[in-house]
Amino acid sequence: MALELFTVGAPIADTKAPMDVPIGERWSERRFRAKLVNPANRRKLTVIVVGTGLAGGAAAATLGEAGYKVKSFWYQDSPRRAHSVAAQGGINAAKNYRNDGDSVHRLFYDTVKGGDFRARENNVHRLAEVSAAIIDQCVAQGVPFAREYGGLLDNRSFGGTQVSRTFYARGQTGQQLLYGAYQALERQMAAGSVEQFARTEMLDLIVVDGKARGIVARNLITGEISTHFADAVVLATGGYSNVFYLSTNAKGSNATAIWRAHKRGALFANPCYTQIHPTCIPVHGEYQSKLTLMSESLRNDGRVWVPKERGDTRDPREIPEDERDYYLERIYPSFGNLVPRDIASRQAKNVCDEGRGVGPNGLGVYLDFAEATERLGRPAIEAKYGNLFDMYAQITGEDPYEVPMRIYPAVHYTMGGLWVDYDLQSTIPGLFVIGEANFSDHGANRLGASALMQGLADGYFVLPNTINDYLAAGPFEKVDPQHPAAVEALEGVRAQSERLLSINGTRTTASFHRELGRLMFDLCGMERSEESLRKALDRIPEIRQEFWTNVKVPGELGRFNQSLEHAGRVADFIELAELMCVDALHRNESCGGHFRAESQTPEGEALRDDENYAYVAAWEWTPEGAPPVLHKEALEFEYVHLAQRSYK
Amino acid sequence: MNLKLRVWRQRSAAEKGKMVTYQVADVSPDMSFLEMLDVLNEQLILDGEDPVSFDHDCREGICGSCGVMINGRAHGNGLFDSHPQTATCQLHMRSFKDGDTIDVEPWRATAFPLIKDLAVDRSALDRIIQAGGYISAPTGTAPEAHSILVAKKDSDAAFDAATCIGCGACVAACPNASSMLFTSSKVVHLGLMPQGQPERDDRVVNMIHQQDLEGFGGCTNIGECSASCPKGISMENISRLNHDLLGALRAGARPKS
Amino acid sequence: MTVTHSGQRRTPKAAKTSSVFKKVVMAVSGIILVLYLVAHMVGNLKLFAGAETFNGYSEWIRRIGEPAVPGQTVLWIIRLVLLVAVAAHIWAAISLWRQAKRARPQQYVARKQVAQSYASRTMRWGGVILGLFIVYHILDLTLGVANPAGHDATPYDRAIAGFSNPFVTLVYVVALLALGFHLRHGVWSATQTLGQSNKTRERTVNAFATVFAVVLTAGFLIPPLSVLVGIIE
Repeated sequence: MALELFTVGAPIADTKAPMDVPIGERWSERRFRAKLVNPANRRKLTVIVVGTGLAGGAAAATLGEAGYKVKSFWYQDSPRRAHSVAAQGGINAAKNYRNDGDSVHRLFYDTVKGGDFRARENNVHRLAEVSAAIIDQCVAQGVPFAREYGGLLDNRSFGGTQVSRTFYARGQTGQQLLYGAYQALERQMAAGSVEQFARTEMLDLIVVDGKARGIVARNLITGEISTHFADAVVLATGGYSNVFYLSTNAKGSNATAIWRAHKRGALFANPCYTQIHPTCIPVHGEYQSKLTLMSESLRNDGRVWVPKERGDTRDPREIPEDERDYYLERIYPSFGNLVPRDIASRQAKNVCDEGRGVGPNGLGVYLDFAEATERLGRPAIEAKYGNLFDMYAQITGEDPYEVPMRIYPAVHYTMGGLWVDYDLQSTIPGLFVIGEANFSDHGANRLGASALMQGLADGYFVLPNTINDYLAAGPFEKVDPQHPAAVEALEGVRAQSERLLSINGTRTTASFHRELGRLMFDLCGMERSEESLRKALDRIPEIRQEFWTNVKVPGELGRFNQSLEHAGRVADFIELAELMCVDALHRNESCGGHFRAESQTPEGEALRDDENYAYVAAWEWTPEGAPPVLHKEALEFEYVHLAQRSYK
Repeated sequence: MNLKLRVWRQRSAAEKGKMVTYQVADVSPDMSFLEMLDVLNEQLILDGEDPVSFDHDCREGICGSCGVMINGRAHGNGLFDSHPQTATCQLHMRSFKDGDTIDVEPWRATAFPLIKDLAVDRSALDRIIQAGGYISAPTGTAPEAHSILVAKKDSDAAFDAATCIGCGACVAACPNASSMLFTSSKVVHLGLMPQGQPERDDRVVNMIHQQDLEGFGGCTNIGECSASCPKGISMENISRLNHDLLGALRAGARPKS
Repeated sequence: MTVTHSGQRRTPKAAKTSSVFKKVVMAVSGIILVLYLVAHMVGNLKLFAGAETFNGYSEWIRRIGEPAVPGQTVLWIIRLVLLVAVAAHIWAAISLWRQAKRARPQQYVARKQVAQSYASRTMRWGGVILGLFIVYHILDLTLGVANPAGHDATPYDRAIAGFSNPFVTLVYVVALLALGFHLRHGVWSATQTLGQSNKTRERTVNAFATVFAVVLTAGFLIPPLSVLVGIIE
């Protein structure tokens, strides 16, 4: 195994979860054992929260309410722009309002199983426990969830589960939940408990005496780079899907905050776990800037198929039933079109690799509503999916009521992220990581409607309880802005920005980003092999080398400069991509979103290797030249028995 | 397609701006409007010129970051009969014809100071929310979700108002540069929910007060806002806001400051 | 560090009067004026009943309330209310106009309106035309100083003398058409401003505004045109 690519360090373990009580009592026991901060002392403690999505917005608002002095940072013009806004489908909660056998334990079980047994049981159980309170909280904020005629909340079933536990607000659930958190945050800003730093991007972490004590940030309007200090730093900066250039993430979504924290000593866990969402609008051209996801709920009524024959270019409506291959229904008779995301995506890739893909470049499969329209009538389809159909028509210029949609998988979510313990604290004391930015709850694959649940669980209920235990030891000694650690971080950021501006080469940042993205999608995407990953690992350092000698970044440091922002983010994506490939290469098993060609069953299904890989891979950054160090956190399954996933 | 763009260029609020003409060649009909600007910008960078700054993020019409005036219309809404009302990122170049000239300008309003080129500062809208666009529900205090029933029609109507993405197109399109449609969407969303009742009077009074303080114009019920709104927020909300405001003033509610 | 450039922001020092309050003043004063116009129009149609009836009606207006109150008391109260309403209407309009100017000092290079009707676009200049017309109208028919028949003629004779002149009638026609457009948007806008419109009512309100504007304008136009073409002599 590729030992030259990394070295193995000491194992790592979570020490915060109280393992001496049963899993159902651990969260309340942890809250009981955690130290508290009395309300009068909270005013003396400052917490920096970076990011204002579901996790960051909820956390900043809640910590502000609790009486801490909060400084909230975001790179967009308003906290309401955070990319949580784009989540469509819904949010899970173990309310059992449908009386269909749901429970905290079942949500816990589904999530551990859905994550292909690569998540930490304690964290997942806590997530399931607090899920119900999230719905209560959001309803109290006035989030207009879908309701039934009796005035009660409506639920639907959502990808990969057999109970209806998903709460939703038409196809805009993320938007409405985010606005709930955003409004709570604005309320705290008006109250003066949260100080706002709009259009301010975190570019480095300041670590003093081993503790996270502040950040270096650039005001994107004035270009001013400055330091900000606090007693604790919370990162809620989302995932890193934009390593792939084309993804469903927002253009500005980036990994810089977590990557800089990683380079300051925070371990990065499971970077290779990426989720490729099966129902996105296919790529249509070179100039394309992003991919658009269409809610997975479409698979509740749409049927996925491709022609049985390769190279069949007939109009889909003219292909008779017996010449169509409804491959998900064929391979997975009991789950059919509702198999988990990773499986649906990989099967789409398989049929396209066989040459049976549809659309201009052969990278697409049909999602057909003809049967559902006949069964339910067009008005019912319009009511359920109208906004998604409209969106599809706007982007593609085709009418999905008439012609089957074409879909293709796209990178959507990253399960990996900074390693955190049960308290959501990273390996740097005082640095907490919440939401998609951490690795904690989804294992190797995230279930639909669970991202919103995790973001809000971390932000509203988990972090505000666990951070007290750390802050109880504060307030810590004030950091002098002239402290060498602060000066070094500030100057480092300035030097990197100036260097980017001075290269003045011949290629745009976007061209590097596109090249990296295509490489990653092809070689470290839906299917990875030793060969493909080694190829990627040969190529990425060359891209990095060329980027730092040939990129052309116009403009000035001291002004509004979107080109410079993008260049800094891409520089970090290139480094992160390398670690993703190392992680993917070292994990010689298939699990969840990580499918290794070498590890599959005779039928071509993912084959896990629990004997050798039932651990979290937490990577330590090593300075230039030295390979990263792998720290393993062994995963033990006390409550959900390890079993090969089967959706047949 | 080949297009002629006339784009507003202004290095900062302190400097003077002007329309600058660019030719963009080989535009694909499948490109979004912002992808077309990306192509222009890559060309400008390689030519050693300053690329055009514009706000954008999700590029799927929901974050509200993007927004420019296209041929005198906010987001281009209202220029094309066949195109539904969307944000700029969801306008595709198939709506244009080869050889077209397209004027691109920033939102113009005192309350939206210009940052650079097509990017403006819309934080005034956030401050309107700060003035009362929320329900005070501290984390952890919420009762069981089903303890309060909400009639489906109220919930649906609240949702329709709540879909506002805060892009500022209503202000940009309004001949008076009024943000009344934005403010009303939040007042109505929260005012229709039972949870929003206790703060209903104070909310509307304070939000309107803040709106005036920010330097927006007054509403004269013209309707350009609604015709430009990517979410089709209805003028009905403005009437509902007025109704709430008059009721609140009669009940003695007054702005805080 | 703050990120909103307070230096660049030109915020009015204090919004002493809310924009919605101004709109309510506009709506309420408008409604008072509209009610007066309805009565005025009905009275005008008495020209068809002949000189005696019309002059008698004119005389009656001056005697309303007698003998309980001295002559012309009610008339002056009405005039005072109208004066206050007109003043309030103009104040609100100018104030909102100035607020709009402040809210967008720099205009767009390219501008296209789609929702704005002719009526709504011409509210402000239409209002100015109506203001000037009212001054002329009072000098012409109330005070008679601008009337060919002069101050001493009966109201009926002044009307006939004035409207027999095509130029005078033209001025009235133009002003009344402006009034029609003003009412078309004004009635709808007042309904909105007073919070009485909603999605289900919107269509009805708009239809009513159109019908009302047309009927009132037609009602006002018929007498002068009848004089001009000789139906009333």
